Amino acid sequence: MAELQVVVNGEAITRDVPESRTLAQFLRLDLGLTGTKIGCEEAECGICTVLVDGLPVDSCIYPVWKAQGKTITSIEGLAHGQDLHPLQSNFIAHGAVQCGFCTPGLIMTSAALLEDHADPTDDDIKHALKDTFCRCTGYTSVIQAIKSAARERRGLPPLPVKDPEVDEPMDVISHSVPPQEVVAKVRGEAKYTDDYVFPGMLSARTLRSPHPHARVLAIRTDRAKALPGVQAVLTHTDVPGENLHGLVYRDWPVLCSDVVRYVGDAVALVAADTAEIAAAALALIEVDYEPLPVVPDPISAHRADAPVLHPQHPTGNLLKHIKVRHGDIDQGFAEADFIVEREYHTPTTEHAFLEPECAIGVPEGYPGHDKLTVYVGSQIPYQDRNQIALAMEMSEERIRVIGTLIGGGFGGKEDIAGQIHVALLATVTQRPVKMLYTRQESLIFHPKRHATIIRIKTGAKRDGRLTAVQAELYGDGGAYASLSDKVMTRATTHATGPYNVPNAKIDCYVMYTNNVPSGAFRGFGVTQSAFAVEQNMDILAEALGIDPLEFRLINAQKVGVTTATGQLLRESVGLIETISDVKRDMLAQHNGNGFQWTWREGHKAYAWGMACSYKNTGLGGGAPDKSEAEVEAYEDGSVEVRSAAADMGQGIAHVVAQCTAEEMHIPYERVRALLCDTDLTPNGGPTTASRQTFMTGNAARIAASALREAITRSAAEMLDVPPEQIRYEEGLLRYNGSSVELGTVVSWMKAQGLQPRARHEYWAPPTQPLGSGGDMHFAFSYATQAALVEVDLDTGEVHVHKVMSSTDIGRAINPLMLQGQIEGGIVMALGNCLTEAFIIENGVPWTTLLSRYKMPSIKHAPEIVSRLVEDRSAEGPYGAKGVGEIPSINTTPAICNAIYNATGVRIYSLPVDQDALLRAIKHGEAEIHTAWQDVQ
Amino acid sequence: MSTLWNHYHTPKTIDEALKLLTDYGGQARIIAGGTDLLVDMRAGQHPAHEALIDITAIPEMSAIYRQEDRIYIGAGVTHTQIVRSAELQAHARCLVESCGVVGGPQVRNVATLGGNVAHALPAGDGTVSLVALAAEAEVIQAGERRWLPIGDLYLGPGKSLVDSTRDLLIQFRLRATGAREATAFSRIMRPQGVALPILGCAVWVRLDDTLTHYDSARVCIAPTGPTPERATEIEQALAGKPATAETIQQVILIAMEALHPRTSKYRATAEYRKEMIGVLLERTLSAAVTRAKGG
Repeated sequence: MAELQVVVNGEAITRDVPESRTLAQFLRLDLGLTGTKIGCEEAECGICTVLVDGLPVDSCIYPVWKAQGKTITSIEGLAHGQDLHPLQSNFIAHGAVQCGFCTPGLIMTSAALLEDHADPTDDDIKHALKDTFCRCTGYTSVIQAIKSAARERRGLPPLPVKDPEVDEPMDVISHSVPPQEVVAKVRGEAKYTDDYVFPGMLSARTLRSPHPHARVLAIRTDRAKALPGVQAVLTHTDVPGENLHGLVYRDWPVLCSDVVRYVGDAVALVAADTAEIAAAALALIEVDYEPLPVVPDPISAHRADAPVLHPQHPTGNLLKHIKVRHGDIDQGFAEADFIVEREYHTPTTEHAFLEPECAIGVPEGYPGHDKLTVYVGSQIPYQDRNQIALAMEMSEERIRVIGTLIGGGFGGKEDIAGQIHVALLATVTQRPVKMLYTRQESLIFHPKRHATIIRIKTGAKRDGRLTAVQAELYGDGGAYASLSDKVMTRATTHATGPYNVPNAKIDCYVMYTNNVPSGAFRGFGVTQSAFAVEQNMDILAEALGIDPLEFRLINAQKVGVTTATGQLLRESVGLIETISDVKRDMLAQHNGNGFQWTWREGHKAYAWGMACSYKNTGLGGGAPDKSEAEVEAYEDGSVEVRSAAADMGQGIAHVVAQCTAEEMHIPYERVRALLCDTDLTPNGGPTTASRQTFMTGNAARIAASALREAITRSAAEMLDVPPEQIRYEEGLLRYNGSSVELGTVVSWMKAQGLQPRARHEYWAPPTQPLGSGGDMHFAFSYATQAALVEVDLDTGEVHVHKVMSSTDIGRAINPLMLQGQIEGGIVMALGNCLTEAFIIENGVPWTTLLSRYKMPSIKHAPEIVSRLVEDRSAEGPYGAKGVGEIPSINTTPAICNAIYNATGVRIYSLPVDQDALLRAIKHGEAEIHTAWQDVQ
Repeated sequence: MSTLWNHYHTPKTIDEALKLLTDYGGQARIIAGGTDLLVDMRAGQHPAHEALIDITAIPEMSAIYRQEDRIYIGAGVTHTQIVRSAELQAHARCLVESCGVVGGPQVRNVATLGGNVAHALPAGDGTVSLVALAAEAEVIQAGERRWLPIGDLYLGPGKSLVDSTRDLLIQFRLRATGAREATAFSRIMRPQGVALPILGCAVWVRLDDTLTHYDSARVCIAPTGPTPERATEIEQALAGKPATAETIQQVILIAMEALHPRTSKYRATAEYRKEMIGVLLERTLSAAVTRAKGG
């Protein structure tokens, strides 16, 4: 066949290209245009969108030879030199870029839209971007950015940025500066792990168990090893150190030896010259399995006769029993005038970050690498290094983990994925090795949000005061512990809701099963318990005849309240203000007829529903929580802040840069953040538990402050002026009507042998373990949300039109990006309520394709009115506390409460099933205990 | 090797495509947009092939044109072409409506009507409309080129009369709606799981000279069986009846008696689907009658 002839971004290209290539592969592998990202290879997520003869297509399933003779435009072809396309500049201006992995796809799809619609409506945008997914932003800012770009293209001024109101902005803090690397992200130049290429690099694949539970009798690798192009085939016998990993309990085999415990357990590894050869080699590995009885759910796991999955675990399949005891539960219910007891079910759910896991191992001694090096987009680089070291039987000092940009994480990139495997393969082959998971592999492999069964009993007095909460939670921990212990502890301790509950007895049983492991997922267990807690609250409010808002105001946590874990709340409890905000915004939505909770129009029922939430900041529970940051000034007047604190799109990079700029009194543009390199950046600790702004923000703040003081001292000496006469202004040090550049002082310091560098290890206030009373956490964030829901009484279809939100985050370090995180959290939670369930049938996942897991698209995005409450946390940086998780906790119960208000039908199982809802409406039933996954 | 295809051909004529099929002797497969096929091949739900023969570069198979009262649509015509066709918007509205809700623009720009039909899903959106339009398909099988009623192409769920390793689906034709005639399509989806309709419905109606009564109608509601079929009970019940809301309610009752949708796992219960028959008939018949009256 003739050579492929195409025009790519204006350049005519003639290439001899394999006929089996897709367009995405051609762009990425043959042309090195890695701005086009691959998210699913199923034509589902849309992030690989490029234009072929001006029309958007999914390049992941577009055979490149289909493009013969055609003109292709990828993200790299959009800007004119340094001049960004209006879409690119408006995505930045409106805060529509978080992790940036979907950004090229969103922009390319939008670029085609703007060619057809110079002035697109919201509906036009939603129609065009329906199949281009973003997991971070919640789409609100995306829509705004597209409309603004369209205006610019028509010669009109751009739309104003919806920058939230904040209290007492400082010089840099509480200003919406652009995130770090955002220009590279909109240009398609930002590098995620799969975008790195090293000469001689091999491709690796993992052989995974097809059985949920089986004994491994034999593994034969001879045929795979004999395949030309295969460089290594490894099994458990090739793991030099401990063949186990795990963040809390070390129970997860690097490579399974005797038993496999879930579909997806790693059994063997292949490294080969190409990905195709590696895949072919996998098929040649023969494993003899003897299937064992499957433990399909946590209730079965708790039965006395259940197969024990981890014999070494002291409590058998009971991974952990978590207890909260507070006051006198019997007395509490005796005092209650009304008691409500209900059972709720939540399914396993999937993060669906748009970047599948990827890791690259580079052997020690490879050019530019004096250590065994692993490139990975991970939430916990230092713990990766520790776990690699243990498995490799090497000292941590001989290993370097370099964090790349991360295309979304949401808790799903905390556990080890390919990190140890590529370290092994690189060491054995002495070549760089890339392990890129397919979307389908990612789906079955990585830990999920726990499926739960929550039985909860709530009592209240006639006057509305809560008297007691008793709850029993079962959590499906899956095959390995991952973070189950911590996640379900959070579900348990937050099971009173953010209220003053004098008596509580809560028991949680996290069970090992033969399902995919469960672990961290934004909300960390509280998402599940809030679904139960907040619906019980509404049921009680109705029984008591009290307005749901008032009922929460009566019981809301405030300073002086002691939580069910025995923590006296002493400061920064902004819950009541968030309720008041939402109440005001919701009541203002009355169409001129006075506010109504519910009304009907034709065959549509509309209603509002609300819910509150709280979420701890930081590890808590007695875990030592620290973060370290280093700040260094350079002779060019720039400053670098360094910490191994992962930015998966949430924005810790700009947060630490802002803290640094604020303390150094220099413009934000002069500060760059270097994150996640275990050789170059000190340990910022895990990106989990909404902790990074508080922890690494503080570390950066204090380090920067110390550096400024050192520089001031040096300047005073250099200039011979008293230090107190020196003040900072726009990167200059001013004194006595004169000034000197920061860089000049830095040069002077270096000449004196002084290091213009400061490092700070920040320790969070100590916390106490659960059960010991005292402060289990050093801060809590609070939120209230109300959702306006439409239920089609003919079809049962549910649409969320509006969400009113107010969130107490202490201080908005970057208001616009913070707002984006809140909007994204709300839409992610909307998915938790309405669209998402990862289905496992007797241990075997049904959800093996992204096409079987629907996350919210732009069509689901409601109008969001988001307010910020800044009830300062005395210890937080400038008063800030966590924000990552809090917005995605109460959307689900708010929607379910609204559905009840609209229809009289209460949802006890997620996700909401329109089929069951319609049948309940038709049959006059008031409860639904089944969900979509129960349609058999 | 685990590539899904080793050769990719883009013939420019039907003869060239047929010759390639013959030359590969069953080892090659016709591909149009590939938006389902390639995904199924990747998922292992469809075998890999030595070669793929892409028919979308064959001009004859990529055009929409009108001859007298018939509209011809090449099997390689994309959903976007259909949605943007003024001819189809005016004279086969249900097809435009059904093709407009398939996927997002990235899929519609590539996915073809021929691919939709060859995939033989009983509730494919385009399929439902083609059946209500009483479309015909032209195929080449064993050297013979012939027109078949669209329904004849469906042998069972995912099973097509057209063997894409040997046969060629060339094009479709349908009668343009004329005066007093109109069509409409609607479907019910759910926001979870696979993006297949819970139920789809397309109708074609012709009113009498006074525009007050149905002269005749064609209705396709799917999935109500392994292949997409005309709901003849409904069609007969509509013929001659007043074009009123009452008639729609009457035929809904008949439809709920006559049609037996099944419960399908992770999609819908039979009871829900039955309810949706009424919703969709109401929507589509009302819309079609309004359109037929010139509204």
